[in-house]
Amino acid sequence: MSSSLLEIDTVTACYGRLPVLHGVSLDIKLGEIVALIGANGAGKTTTMMTIFGRPRASRGRIVFDGRDITQLPTHEIARLRIAQSPEGRRIFPRMTVMENLQMGAIIAGDPDGFDHDLDRVTTLFPVLKARADQRGGTLSGGEQQMLAIARALMGRPKLLLLDEPSLGLAPLIVKQIFAAIKELNRDGLTVFLVEQNAYHTLKLADRGYVMVNGNITLSGTGDELLARKEVRAAYLEGDTAMLKETGA
Amino acid sequence: MAYFLQQLINGIALGSIYGLIAIGYTMVYGIIGMINFAHGDIFMVGAFIALIAFLALMALGVTMIPLALLIVLVVPWRSPPSGAGQWNASPTGRYANPFAWRLITAIGMSIVLQNFIQVAQGARVKPLQPVITGGYEFFKDGDFTVIISNIQILIVVTTLVLMTAFWLIISRTALGRAQRACEQDRLMAALSGVNVDRTISLTFVLGAALAAVAGLLYLLYYGVIDFFIGFVVGIKAFTAAVFGGIGSLPGAMLGGLVIGLIETFWSAYFTIEYKDVAAFSMLAIVLIFFPTGLLGRPEVEKV
Repeated sequence: MSSSLLEIDTVTACYGRLPVLHGVSLDIKLGEIVALIGANGAGKTTTMMTIFGRPRASRGRIVFDGRDITQLPTHEIARLRIAQSPEGRRIFPRMTVMENLQMGAIIAGDPDGFDHDLDRVTTLFPVLKARADQRGGTLSGGEQQMLAIARALMGRPKLLLLDEPSLGLAPLIVKQIFAAIKELNRDGLTVFLVEQNAYHTLKLADRGYVMVNGNITLSGTGDELLARKEVRAAYLEGDTAMLKETGA
Repeated sequence: MAYFLQQLINGIALGSIYGLIAIGYTMVYGIIGMINFAHGDIFMVGAFIALIAFLALMALGVTMIPLALLIVLVVPWRSPPSGAGQWNASPTGRYANPFAWRLITAIGMSIVLQNFIQVAQGARVKPLQPVITGGYEFFKDGDFTVIISNIQILIVVTTLVLMTAFWLIISRTALGRAQRACEQDRLMAALSGVNVDRTISLTFVLGAALAAVAGLLYLLYYGVIDFFIGFVVGIKAFTAAVFGGIGSLPGAMLGGLVIGLIETFWSAYFTIEYKDVAAFSMLAIVLIFFPTGLLGRPEVEKV
């Protein structure tokens, strides 16, 4: 259990000449939910994209499942069954919901298993079944988010990366999505989650990292981080009402 | 009336050829947002490969068109003039302005292909004796007989078959989905495990294969080709692609037909010298009222 599924080892990454990550290290163990929280522009999304080599790590290395993937082409990294529901959802707008799901199934590399996986994700997100023939671009924000997660799940990932799954969504839908993540994790899926919604995220996660200006400044279990006053001050201000409400 | 019908038939045949070439422009534009300026010359090379194939086959006593068609389809698949090479050669994403890089490469490719054929095949017009002759009397009106020639039937049928095949590839197969994914969101396509570079190369090759078939049909229809035909026909097909809405496959076909018909009718009823002016003016007028072409999608989209 203690072996890492993904290990990011002192990775530095830049956009052009502008450095964004300054020696970031973190690891994700099999079966965990790991959260990365931080303010806007801290480098959370970049950390996630660097796993796929976009941008490439200019220093350090990234090891997945015992294999150094630092220099692998993006599509080959994905084909190791790392699936991402990326920032901004990136639904293929002029493809139907079904076609979007078919795109997600590529990395599973198992056409015979398609129907089974489809059943699984439509059980999780029934609305997608009703919208199967509708174009991705015509879905509402919440539906698109569900589609993005469902598309990632269609790849039967070993590691699921979720970038701000709660962004811009109604609280009820956020709740649904977080419940779905929890359920998937119970079935053995390893999840790496980037969020600004720190309270819910840290409640959900086994472990968390806090990122500030391209550096990891804190790490610990979700509850440990929630108890830290610097975390509360920096990321939970807006949520304090909620904290009182729930007695946390 | 009979005269009109005859022109309609001629226009459709010519428009089909434009349409086949326009598909290549539109597909490549759709996927990398660049006009492949070498595309017209790939059509020209296709016509020359067909000419050589026909001459060789005739020397062997064979006059089977399907065989030549097969050669035209297969040869560009692995040979450098297919245009796939020009994409692979470009350092995608590593330079600040890949757009200029590709554009210049495409124009360079166009010049190379023209000059290569000029040197290798000579600058003179190359004739081919008619391979497909005959036709059907379709309609008689006094002295005037409307004829659909066999070659016209071949052109339209080939175009219809290829269009259908392409439409099926794009809309139903995994390759087509990968192509559309690269067109809509290249980063997400890569994150989904699609080899973007390979998909783009394949798109070039598929477009080139269609242009090559168009070259074959052009050769059979007109019987004469030279190293420079790619320029004017290429520009016309490009116009057709813009006319129909660049990025849209049905639009390319429709645009091809419209350009073919305008050109034919203008030549028939007005002055043949101004047929190109007519076609291009029509484009300008259409773009005023439909800035994205007849079947093009509007730029604004809910994402």
